[in-house]
Amino acid sequence: MVKIRDLAKVCKSKNAGPFDLTIDVVFEDDATFDRVAATGVLSPALFARLYGVEERDVLFTPYPAGRAFKATLPRLIVAGDIGDTDVYGAQQHAPLLDVDIPV
Amino acid sequence: MREFRMCSVAGILGYGYPEASLNAALERGIDMIGCDGGSTDPGPFYLGSGKPFVSLRALKRDLRLMLKAAIQAKVPMVLGTAGGAGGEPHLQLVAQMVRDIAKEEGLHFNMALIHSEQDKAKIARRVREGRTRPLGRAPALDEDTVNKAERIVGMCGPEPWMRALDEGAQIVIGGRSSDPAPFAATAIRAQMPPAQGWYAGKMLECGAAPAAPKGPDCLYLTVREDGVICEPMGNRACTPLSVANHSLHENASPIRHVEPGGVLDTSECRFEQVSPKATLVTGMRWEPADTYTVKLEAAEKVGHRAITICGTRDPLLIGQLDGFLDIVRDLVRSKSADLDIAPDQYRLTIHTYGRDGVMGAREPVKGTNGAHELGFLVDVVAKDPDTAAAVIALSRTSMLHADFPGRLCREGNMAIPFSPSDLTAGEVYRFSMQHVVLPDDPYEMFPIEHERI
Repeated sequence: MVKIRDLAKVCKSKNAGPFDLTIDVVFEDDATFDRVAATGVLSPALFARLYGVEERDVLFTPYPAGRAFKATLPRLIVAGDIGDTDVYGAQQHAPLLDVDIPV
Repeated sequence: MREFRMCSVAGILGYGYPEASLNAALERGIDMIGCDGGSTDPGPFYLGSGKPFVSLRALKRDLRLMLKAAIQAKVPMVLGTAGGAGGEPHLQLVAQMVRDIAKEEGLHFNMALIHSEQDKAKIARRVREGRTRPLGRAPALDEDTVNKAERIVGMCGPEPWMRALDEGAQIVIGGRSSDPAPFAATAIRAQMPPAQGWYAGKMLECGAAPAAPKGPDCLYLTVREDGVICEPMGNRACTPLSVANHSLHENASPIRHVEPGGVLDTSECRFEQVSPKATLVTGMRWEPADTYTVKLEAAEKVGHRAITICGTRDPLLIGQLDGFLDIVRDLVRSKSADLDIAPDQYRLTIHTYGRDGVMGAREPVKGTNGAHELGFLVDVVAKDPDTAAAVIALSRTSMLHADFPGRLCREGNMAIPFSPSDLTAGEVYRFSMQHVVLPDDPYEMFPIEHERI
């Protein structure tokens, strides 16, 4: 088991427009990307669980050209609305860092 | 092979770029110069208020250098989403800045303005005609939402940009536009295929972001009929990985990019390093849409904000935080009622830094997790500035003086760093539309206005 924080080269979040949050996990090389992909841990179900949304609301895209996995899901609160904590959505990645990958 | 050489000066006009990088691009030779002027990322305030989110000083510096470069190189200059949000006040601010710089520098040229702010009555008519569509999970657009909007902008496609250039403008300043559209327009107008033109636009809209290391710099693109060569200026490089990963940036999908007239498909892109600094991308595809759509953005006024900031170092308070905050909210409610302020006239939000101030309800670590101190940002939004000021004052004194079980710190619960302790934060807006319009054609929502400078 290796945590994403020890395996990934990039783990980040950002708005994809004011209504959606997009989260990217990027790996150093093709081999690592392939090994992680083969475990199936990074999946719509994982993001749905970590972010408290329905699985059908997660747009999950493995992106081999970028050695990356991308998940886009609804923001908790629309950017800048009352109660929002993160207008840019730039600090919503942390729950992923401690996810164990069985590689 | 035919080539079209493009230069984007920066990710957003006003974020800065090195003058040496611009000069290096000019020496290489350019066929156009451009910059994206805005984003929704800084939030709804800027669209609602009509104000820019960069300083006027930074905006003018960035604009002056690129304008002089365009005139010197005798090439078109395009600037989309002028002034940050691309509404009419933003467009006029930048247009006047262009006129001022031209006067100061003795420059003469043809300028076109493309207006993106939308007339509410016309959008309401489209609602009645059934020619709007919701995006994502949004409900159908209704006339009430249209009427309540402080400002509505449409996201302009490349067609009006091409027309403005065809009609003789050298410098084109546009309101809200799809970020890649102004760039794509110049490449498509130069007879490059749409896929390559749109891909180039996707790269150029963020300045040197497709390079490593990331940083505020110019990006130089060579568009060919078979692909696009990306190269940053400055001490950076576009590698296959850095370019591929730019497709992740602020997009829902890295492989399907929805634009006004179709979809840019990057799923089959191939990336090849062609020099130490440059990467060639091929295999992009453009799928024209059956129906042309224009995305709307709107901001609705919510009220006025006042805030206060404070922190506690008291373990007895931290140990019963939720109960304490309930006591505070109850106190604010009853004291507000004494001032004839009903609970529905204000919204009180208490952000707790050190617990869930960053992720809110999505924070997986529950409780205060042994924190020895916590910070609070107390936020009040009310219908007018006076009400916001009154409620934030009550909130501050309640945070400071509310009694709680077992309290030892009887002179005050909070450390307050400032005097005055309450800050007014002005008008508050919210994004109120997530919809597209089906226009008669790509031009009707974006009038073009020419002037000789």
